[in-house]
Order: sequence, then C-alpha cells, then structure tokens
Amino acid sequence: MSNRVIKLNKGADVRLKGEANKTIIAEIASTLYALKPTDFSGITPKLNVRVGDKVKRGTTVFFDKKRPEIKFASPTSGTIKDIVRGDKRKILEIIVQADQKNTSETFKKVDLLKADAAQIISTLTSAGLWPFIIQRPFDIIAQPTDKPKAIFISGFDSNPLAPDYALCFKDAHEDFQFAIDVLNKLSSGGVFLSLKDGGNSQLSSLKNAKINHFKGPHPAGNVGVQIHHLNPINKGDVVWTVSLQGLAAIGKFVRTGEYDVSKTIALTGSSCTETGYFKVNSGAAVESIIDQRTSTENTRFISGNPFTGKKITPQGYLGFYDMQITCLPEVIDPEFFGWIIPKLSKKSFSRAFFSWLMPNKTYDLNTSMNGEERAFVVSGQYERFLPMDILPVQLIKSILINDIELMENLGIYEVAPEDFALCEFACTSKQEVQSIIRMGLDNLQKEFA
Amino acid sequence: MKFLHQFLEKNIKPTFDKGGKLEKLYPAYDAIETFLFVPAHGTHNGVHVRDGIDLKRTMVTVIIALIPCLLFGMYNTGYQHFLAQGQAADFWEMFLFGAAKVLPIVVVSYAVGLGVEFLMAVIKGSQVEEGFLVSGMLIPLCLPADIPLWMVAIATIFGVVIGKEVFGGTGMNILNPALTVRAFLFFAYPTYMSGDQVWHADGAFSGTVDAVTGATALGDAASKVEISTIMDKYDMYASFIGTIPGSVGETSVVACLIGAFILLWTGIASWRVMLSMVVGGYTMGLIFNAFGVNTLMQISALHHLLIGGFAFGCVFMATDPVSAAQTSSGKYIYGFLCGFLGIMIRVFNPAYPEGIMLAILFMNVMAPLIDHYVVDANIKRRNKRLQLASK
Repeated sequence: MSNRVIKLNKGADVRLKGEANKTIIAEIASTLYALKPTDFSGITPKLNVRVGDKVKRGTTVFFDKKRPEIKFASPTSGTIKDIVRGDKRKILEIIVQADQKNTSETFKKVDLLKADAAQIISTLTSAGLWPFIIQRPFDIIAQPTDKPKAIFISGFDSNPLAPDYALCFKDAHEDFQFAIDVLNKLSSGGVFLSLKDGGNSQLSSLKNAKINHFKGPHPAGNVGVQIHHLNPINKGDVVWTVSLQGLAAIGKFVRTGEYDVSKTIALTGSSCTETGYFKVNSGAAVESIIDQRTSTENTRFISGNPFTGKKITPQGYLGFYDMQITCLPEVIDPEFFGWIIPKLSKKSFSRAFFSWLMPNKTYDLNTSMNGEERAFVVSGQYERFLPMDILPVQLIKSILINDIELMENLGIYEVAPEDFALCEFACTSKQEVQSIIRMGLDNLQKEFA
Repeated sequence: MKFLHQFLEKNIKPTFDKGGKLEKLYPAYDAIETFLFVPAHGTHNGVHVRDGIDLKRTMVTVIIALIPCLLFGMYNTGYQHFLAQGQAADFWEMFLFGAAKVLPIVVVSYAVGLGVEFLMAVIKGSQVEEGFLVSGMLIPLCLPADIPLWMVAIATIFGVVIGKEVFGGTGMNILNPALTVRAFLFFAYPTYMSGDQVWHADGAFSGTVDAVTGATALGDAASKVEISTIMDKYDMYASFIGTIPGSVGETSVVACLIGAFILLWTGIASWRVMLSMVVGGYTMGLIFNAFGVNTLMQISALHHLLIGGFAFGCVFMATDPVSAAQTSSGKYIYGFLCGFLGIMIRVFNPAYPEGIMLAILFMNVMAPLIDHYVVDANIKRRNKRLQLASK
C-alpha cells in the first residue's frame, strides 16, 4: 500500500501573480489575537471565559456544546478583550489582548510516546489540540470516540499561491516524527503521508508512515483526493486527516508538553508590494503583517488561499488552519461588453478565451465573478477538474434536492468542499459549488444526529 | 465607457429600481445593462477568483460558429432561386436576394423569442437568461427560406414557452427549443415544411416551370427517383459544398464543419456527441447499403451524412448540452443513437424525409434515461468497493 507513485490526469494548476518570496521577513508579536468559532465546521461554541478573564497559552476559551470534550485554546497569554457576536448572538470572534509574556498553561505530564490511545485522546483534547484532527465523512473535527480506518496527511499544497512547506516547516522535522508516532496508536490502519512526486521533501525520511507520491496538477495536494486513490472511504468508514501544521503542533506538545500554535505563514497575492514569510502565532491580527506591504485601496484580504480562504478585513485575524494571507485586487469597474472582448488578462480553462496560448503565464486576477449565476447549462466541465471516480454535477444536484440516499450513493462521504474549489473556479454558470457541498455534508450529518 | 455606465446608473436605473415607476420591468433593464457591461460583482463565498468564462460568452461563441452556416444559407437561398428561375445572376445578386429572404426570419425569430424571454423574466421577476441567443439563430437556419414570417413567430412562441419556459427556463428544458420550433411547424404546417415547392424562395408562389425541380435529395429519394438520378443531381461535391435545396443553414457541410471546428476547439460542444453521432449515422447507412432494396437504402453511407440536416443537426442540435446526455459515457450512447435512428427514420419512413430532427428530439427525451444508467453504474461500482472492503 505504500511507496507508490500515483499519477493524476484530471485537474489543473491556476498560476497567479504574487507568490511569496522565499525569505522570512519578520517575527511578528501581535498585541491582539482572535479565536474564530467560524473557522470550525459543525460545532456550536460554548464560552468558557468572560470579557476581562486572564488566560494563558493553552487555556480553554470555548468548547463544543454537543461534544464538550472538544476544546479550543487561547494561542497566547493575556486578557479576554472582547467577544464579537453576529446575528442571533452567534459568536464570531473571541479577542485576546496579549500580555507579551506568552506563559503557557501547565498540563498533566503524560509521555504520549508510551501512552495508550485513550490517554492520548484525552490529553490532546484537554490541551486544545484536537481541532487539528479532522474526520471524513463530513469534514468536521473528529469524533474522539471513533476508531478511524486510517489517518492521512498531505505533505504538499497544490492550491494557487500555496506557501512553500519546506520553508514553513523547516525546523519541524523532529516534531513531525513525534506526532506520527503518537497518531499511529490511534488507528489500526496506520498513518499515510502523501508527497509531491519529484519534490525533494525532507518529509520522505519520516518513519512509521506509509509514504506515497502524487504526480499531477491541483487538486493533487488535497488530502481527499489522496484518500480516494489510496484507501477510499466507503459508507460506514471513518478516516482522520491532519495538516502539517497540526502535525507540528501535536509534535511540539509531545516534546515540550506545551500548547504552541506558532507558525510560519506566507504573505501572498498580487496586491502585495512585498511578499514573504512571517513567524506568527495562530489567530494573530493581520494588521502588522499587511501594513505597508499591500496596496490599501480596493484590496481583498483573505485568510488562506484564493480558493478556500475566508475574506477578512485589514483589522481581521489569521484563521486557525490558515498558512497564508492573500491580498487580491477587488473588482470595481464593470466591463463594457466584457463577455465578447477577448481579454488576454483573464485566465480561463475555456478556449473561448486566449489563455490557452500561454499555459505558463501567471495571472493577476481580481475578485470578479466574471459573469452572473445561472442554472447548469454546460456539461462535462466539472469532470475535468475532479480526479475522483465521482460524478460531480450529479452529486451536486442530489444535494440541491436534498436526496440523502442519492448523496450517499454518489460518494458524498469521500468529499470536502475544498475538493470542488477548482470546479467552482471553472464553472461557467458561476455556481457556489463549495457552499453546496458544505450544505450537503451538514444536511447529511443532521440526518444521523 | 465609464460615463455611459454612470449615466445608466444615475438616470435610467432609478426608474426600474425598487420604488421606481417601472419597477416591474427591472429584469428587462437588468438584461440590457448586463449586456452592455459585465457587472462588477465580486465573489463572496468560496473561491475568490473566477474563470473568465460565463454563459454569455459561451452562447456568443456558438453564434459565431453559426455564422458560416448563416452566410452560406443566404447565398444558397439566392442561388437556388435564380437556378429555379433559370436566370443567370452574379454572386452578390444571389447573396443579397438570399439575405433579403433570410434576415427577416432571423429578425422575427430574435424579436419574438427575446420578447417572450423578457416577458417571462418580468413575470417571474428573474434575470433574462442567455439561452435564446443561440436558439434564436438556430431557428431560422433550420427552416426553409420561404416560410411565412407569421409562422416563424407562432412557432417561436411555442418553442420558447412549451419547449423551455414551462420547465423553468434555460438549463431546465428537456427538448432542444429550436428543434421544438421546427417540429411544431413540421406537424402544424406540413405543406410549408416539405415537398418540392418550399425549398427555394418564392417557389410556392411564382409557379415557375423549368427543368429544375425544387425537391431536396431526400424528397426525391423518397419519391422513388432512381439512385443514378439522385447521384446526378445531388452529387457528393454539391452536397458537401451545400449548393442543394434544403433548409437555410443545413445544406452546406463545409459551413457546418467550420462551425464544428470552432465549437470543438473552444470545447463548448462535446466531441463525444459529434463523433459518436457520425459513427452512428455511418453504421446505419452501411447496414442499409447492405440491403439496398430501394433508392434511400442505396444512397451511400457517406452521402447520407452529407445530405439533409445530418451535419447541421450533429454539430449544432444534438450537442446542445442541456438536452443531451450529461454524463461522459452517456454522451457516446446518446450521440450514436441520434445518428443511428436519424438515418433509420429517414429511410424507413418516407413521410418524414428529415429524420434527424425526430431522432434528436427522441434522444433528448431518452437522454435522462441514458444518464440514469450511467449514474447507476457509478453507484454500483461504489457499492462493489464497499462489499470488497467489508469481506
């Protein structure tokens, strides 16, 4: 099962301007941090703190109402400054004013390398590290009581403007090994690590992981696509996935016994005047990162990549799972006869444009929809961009009519919204494919609740 | 062009906006504004950048692909007219005569069709969809040049309302709207759609008598004209170039091939459908050739693909993504049967010399069934994997 090279023909790379320069610009100690419950799918946040409370790094700030063992911890030490709520008092952000001492909560000392599965799970959940473990089906934080078929890790990111993981995790090798050794005890199926074929990754020297290589364009780096080709999820199966970021945080915890979610992130996008990498703590306010380094007018700030990231304000915060901040020009001007004028500046997979003449060109795309939402008309389009044996349009339609049985039959258990991001990019009818998949997963989950 | 947009936003839009005088007509205004300007709508959920393609551009590309057929159709309308009249005429005379015949049909088709679309959008309070941009061009090209304009108008209304809007609009229809229009006319006014009088302009009324009959190759073949006469009158070359009588846009295989090239190159039409339809038609032709008991069966398989509406139907009608099969493997089956049944109907039922239209409409209805079995196969594959895993 391991050490195969799997070649994917479907999919495509979208090359955008503004890839991060491979230098670390600065280490940023932000004064404000936020935990955003909206970063986590399928949870109902219940607060553990009030405004004014003192917290340490690793102190539980909120937990999931339905599964209280799943806890979310403060990334730094300081005071709870504010709790931002939206419609129906939904909690949007819990803001921590850092005291810059960054003192850590002390956790019960457990040698995780010698502990059994139950001990590992209780330790990781109480330390706030459990949100790094995601399960499929449903693409939500894993259920700690499940016995996953296997655990999957993607060693590379194929999204546009993806950060260079070799740089982000330069010093994390030892931590990775600790984390893999610990995770191995949680699943009888072992830990799968997928790497980019031809990539000269130091990850290939990690032990106790089943290493496979993937060759091909985006979404080859998506863990869902890798699972589909390595050990597909059937009805009734549960698999867990962990990002490299999660792996590093778990490994650090094994080594030091502290909750440490600091990371090296990339500043990317064509609206940046300077790109590069920053050492920050999870949840940091992005202001000091983007300050002076991006054009201020008509810029969209995204926590994450252009495909799956979330829109934030310049005063916003870095998302829990995000490894980059992307700044793109916002669309402002309507285009006169934009649907007929042959624009060389637009990327399109359709040859009704001319970007096929320059397959390696990098594009400076703005946030325009480039059209209006319509019913599905063109067929065979999504199929080009989903390297799975799944009928994408039929699956999407089954979600839209909320036919649970058909969704199951068409393989919804295997997918996450991110796997459809490329389909959404290419869609002629401008459908919001990722939102539809999310809706399907949520509806399905409710059915079983 | 900024000032034009500002002018629209400032002076015209308020009349149509909520609370404005013509609030109900907002969809009509919106259609015109979005026609002039691709709106500066930003992405909100999901991906932050989008591919440049949209439905308007897709549809316009199809129209561009239809232009060779339209131009040749104009020329051929004039050519057939002067041929029937026994008069000599130069290229421009023929072309302009044809244009004068064909353009009014195009105008009526678009005016009536878009009128209905706008009306429907106003009633539904939705946006005007682009689907009719292509249908409006397909309709004149699949009709005889001599068709009375009022029939075009009635048929277009029927096609848009019954063929498309009752199902929910563009993307929801089961039948190809343009073919629905043609089928409506074919069954409602058969004398204007077949026979040997309608295929050249003014034929029905001028009553000219000369050596050239105006029937199509298929009409002649159906009325048991000897195969040698057919081969004489509609030889391969003329059928390929398109200087034979027929509906406005369907006669020239060359023009259809140019269209096919544009559609396949841009990836807008499915090569699976086109290829398998040609294979299907050719296969059926070969089967008939093997029997060869009447004139229609004796027409060579290749020649069958060149005459009648086969090429036009294959390139522009069968490939309509909405009414065709949606799944990749389904498209092969769908296309093959379109061609196979098209030639079969053509040969077996001389009352319907043009079988392609009926075959495509029939396969439009069958396409969901084909897809059902393809989807079923995918589901079975997944279930099998589950059984293997649980063993």
